[in-house]
Amino acid sequence: MTTYRFAVSVMPKEGILDPQGRAVEGSLGHLGLDGVRDVRVGRRVELSVEAPDEAAARGTVERLAGELLANSLIERWWVEMVGPVGAPA
Amino acid sequence: MVFPGSNCDRDALQAARLAGMDAQLLWHEDPDLRGSDLVILPGGFAYGDYLRAGALARFSPVMGAVHAHAERGGLVLGICNGFQVLTEAGLVPGALLRNASSRFEHRWVRLSVERRDTPFTQAVPAGVTLRLPIAHGEGCYFLPGPQLDELEARGGVLFRYAGPEGNPNGSARDVAGVINERGNVCGLMPHPERASEALLGSEDGMLLFRSLLESAAAVAAR
Repeated sequence: MTTYRFAVSVMPKEGILDPQGRAVEGSLGHLGLDGVRDVRVGRRVELSVEAPDEAAARGTVERLAGELLANSLIERWWVEMVGPVGAPA
Repeated sequence: MVFPGSNCDRDALQAARLAGMDAQLLWHEDPDLRGSDLVILPGGFAYGDYLRAGALARFSPVMGAVHAHAERGGLVLGICNGFQVLTEAGLVPGALLRNASSRFEHRWVRLSVERRDTPFTQAVPAGVTLRLPIAHGEGCYFLPGPQLDELEARGGVLFRYAGPEGNPNGSARDVAGVINERGNVCGLMPHPERASEALLGSEDGMLLFRSLLESAAAVAAR
């Protein structure tokens, strides 16, 4: 078994109201910053998975992302592998 | 039903008893529903609303029994956070987003009752609107347009924000509460249990509890 580390990114879908993003965008003026637009706030979840190979590990993470970490009605998500990769300590 | 972080469970219990129900608190790790005819998922912040409101409560051990109860035609009412749990569990359609105002909204609203032929609304007199309080940060009802059309076409919208109080959270088509296709699972954002005695400012919420008592009794008598 090998341990794989993944990151799952979850973002509000296109067209879904994102009051957090709007609030952040509204605050930019207070920083004196111009030219920043279309702020969207999502979340990133990092986790380690023990599996026989990368494909199996990715399958587990994708299931977790689709069933729990994101609500597919309102959010889109994607999975990336992040290091380090190795045998469990 | 009490989840870790529920905070309207005792209010719901009190309102249910006031309506004449033989009501008790269930814990989210209970193996079964102790023969209940009606299950109420109360308001609050189950699991701290971590991840998304209702997302973690959906995986509580008792939810298997709640699904089975709903599949048998048993009555389920989700109030506020309980509505969020029902959407996450797929027991009613839709999702509840952060309020369009970005603020936690707590105030009185007025609800139109779209149907009175359901176990949740049968005791509501014709033409009557309900005055109930809301208290939520994530109550903006969302369903993609075509699915919302379908929901409307089958009579799935049970309550709408109405009157001068208006739509407090930006919900699509003023939806405040929905009912599943079979007509035995309902979720709404306003709190009927907080409008259960004149002392609280309104008794309108009791119309829902009385409806449920009547329909549960009718089912039991069959």
